[in-house]
Amino acid sequence: MITTSGLTKVYRSRGREVTALDGVDLHVREGEVYGVIGQSGAGKSSLIRCVNLLERPTSGTVTVAGQDLTALAGRGPRAGKELRAARSRIGMVFQHFNLLSSRTVQANIELPLEILGLSGKERSRKALDLLDLVGLADKAKVYPAQLSGGQKQRVGIARALAGEPKVLLSDEATSALDPDTTRSILELLRDLNRQLGLTVLLITHEMEVVKTVCDSAALMQRGRIVESGTVNELLATPGSQLAAALFPVSGDATGADRTVVDVTFHGDAATQPVISQLSRTYNIDISILGAAMDTVAGKQVGRMRIELPGRFEENVVPIGFLREQGLQVDVAGDAPASIPAQDAPATAAALVKEGAK
Amino acid sequence: MTWSEMQPLLEQACWDTLYMVGWSTLIAVVGGLPLGILLVLTDRGGLLQNVVVNKVIGQVVNIARSMPFIILIVALMDFTRWVVGTTINREAAIVPLAIGAIPFFARLVETAVREVDHGLVEAVQSMGGNTWTVVRKVLVPESLPSLISSVTTTIVVLIGYSAMAGTVGAGGLGDLAIRYGYQRFETELMWITVAILAVVISVIQFAGDYAARGLHRRGGGSGAAPRLRLLRGKAQESAATAEPVRTTDPVTADAEPEREPVKAS
Repeated sequence: MITTSGLTKVYRSRGREVTALDGVDLHVREGEVYGVIGQSGAGKSSLIRCVNLLERPTSGTVTVAGQDLTALAGRGPRAGKELRAARSRIGMVFQHFNLLSSRTVQANIELPLEILGLSGKERSRKALDLLDLVGLADKAKVYPAQLSGGQKQRVGIARALAGEPKVLLSDEATSALDPDTTRSILELLRDLNRQLGLTVLLITHEMEVVKTVCDSAALMQRGRIVESGTVNELLATPGSQLAAALFPVSGDATGADRTVVDVTFHGDAATQPVISQLSRTYNIDISILGAAMDTVAGKQVGRMRIELPGRFEENVVPIGFLREQGLQVDVAGDAPASIPAQDAPATAAALVKEGAK
Repeated sequence: MTWSEMQPLLEQACWDTLYMVGWSTLIAVVGGLPLGILLVLTDRGGLLQNVVVNKVIGQVVNIARSMPFIILIVALMDFTRWVVGTTINREAAIVPLAIGAIPFFARLVETAVREVDHGLVEAVQSMGGNTWTVVRKVLVPESLPSLISSVTTTIVVLIGYSAMAGTVGAGGLGDLAIRYGYQRFETELMWITVAILAVVISVIQFAGDYAARGLHRRGGGSGAAPRLRLLRGKAQESAATAEPVRTTDPVTADAEPEREPVKAS
C-alpha cells in the first residue's frame, strides 16, 4: 500500500548538510498497522512527512496505493493539483493534534470536506457520523480548547478520516498523551484498522505502541531502517534488537551448575503448554527467570527465560525437546548464540528508556 | 469663547476626524492585510518563498514607516492630487493617512500571522489544501484576535496622525486644538478637545480589546498557544496538567517573547 524506495532526505542549512533519511526502503502492506520506531533524530518524522510529500525527498520514490507521488510532485516547491488530490486521500494525525482553535469540533472535521468541495449539508452529516465513530457525538459544538488531550486526538482522527482515506499516517499521535489515554487512542486506531480496512503507518518512540497495535514494525537509526518485518518475523530473527526491546527478558542463573535458556514463542507452534510438558516429561524443575508474553489470536507470542538444573551438557535432551516443539531456543552462555545477542540488550535498553520518557 | 461658539466647531471637528480616520483605516486594512500576509508567505521557509519579493516589500514597508508623517503629507502631494484631484481638505488628508498606515498595519499583520502554529498549516496541506486555502481557513481566522488588536492600534495611531492633517486644511480635533487652543490661546477649547480625544481613544481601545478577548475566549486563545508550545519539550507526559495554563490572561501570554520551540523529531 505504501512503498518507499531509496528515500533520501538531506537538509541544507548554512552550508551544512544533515542527512535525515539515508536510503529508506519501506513496504507497508494493505490493511496492516505498521510501526516505525526509533529515537529522537532518527529520521522518523522526516520519513512520515515524505510519505505525503509535506517534505520533498531529495531522491527516491514514494508510492501510495499504486500512485507514484514523487512523480506527481513535479519540480517546483509548491504542491500541484494532482498531488493535493492524492494528499486528500491520505489521512494524517499529529502529535499536537493541530486543530483550529477558531473552529468548533464539528467545523474542524468539516475542514477537509470543505477542501474537497462538499455541500454544507453533506459536510455536517459526515462530520456528525465521524464524531459518532470516534465516540464524541456530544461534543460537536464545543471548541477544541475545552477538550482533553485524548478527546482532541479523537477529533484529529475523525478529521483525518473525513476524506475517506485508505491510508492513515500517524505522527507520534499518542506521544503527548498519558498512558491510559494512549491505550484508548491505540484501541481506536486498531478498531478503525479492522472496521474500515485502513492501512496505518505510525511513527513512535514508544515500544508500548508498537507492541499494542502493530502487525509489523521497523527500527530506524540514523536515517536508516536497520530492522523490519512482522512481529513474528522479528521474533524469529536471532539477535533482533526490536524483538529484544518488544519482549525484554532478563535474569541471571541462580547458580553455577544451571543452564539458562531463552525460549521464543512465535508462529503456529506456540499453542502448546510446553513448559509444563517439559517438566512432566523429563521430571525436572524449571524456574522462570523472566518472561514477556502476549496472547495474540489465541497464540502465545513472546519470549521466556527459563533455568534448568544442571549444566548444558546434562540438558541437551530437554533442549532438544523444546526445539522439537518448533520453538526457537537460545542457550545463554552458548557462545555462538550470545554474540549477536550481546549488543542487542544495550540498544533495547536505550529504546525502552526512550519509550519511558 | 462661549459654549455656543465652541459647539459647532467641536462637532465639525469630530466628524472630520471620524471621516478621515474611518476611511484611512478601511484602506489601511484592505491594503495592509494582504501585504502583511505576503510578507509571511514569501519569507524564507514560507509557502510562497521568494526572497527577492520579500526583501523588496520589506524595504518599502520600512522606508514608508520611518518617514515622519508630516513629511509624507508633503511628499505625496502630487500623488494625492492625482488620486482625489486636490491637495487640500479632508479627502486630500485621507491619502497620506492611508499610505502611512498601510505599512504600519502590514507589519502588525505580519507579526500576528507569524504566530499561527505551523502545524496547522501542515494539517491543511496534508488534507490537500492549497496556499489560498491555508490563508483563508488557517492564517486569517486563527490570528483574528491579534488582527483585531492590530486594527485597534492602527486606529489609535491614525487619530494621532490626523492631528497633522490640519496642515492641508482637513480639520479635525487635533487641528482644532492647534489653531484655537495654541494659536488663539483658547485654552479651554484645547482642554475640551484633549478630553474628547482621550475619551474617543479609550472607547476604541476598549471596544477592540473586548472583541479580541471575546474571540480568544471562544477559541481558547491562539495567544495562549505559543505559551503552550514553549512547554512542549518537557510537557509531553504532563500534557494533561499543562492544560489549565491556557486559562491565563491572553494579553500577558501575547506579551511573552516568542521563542523557537524545539522541534521534537
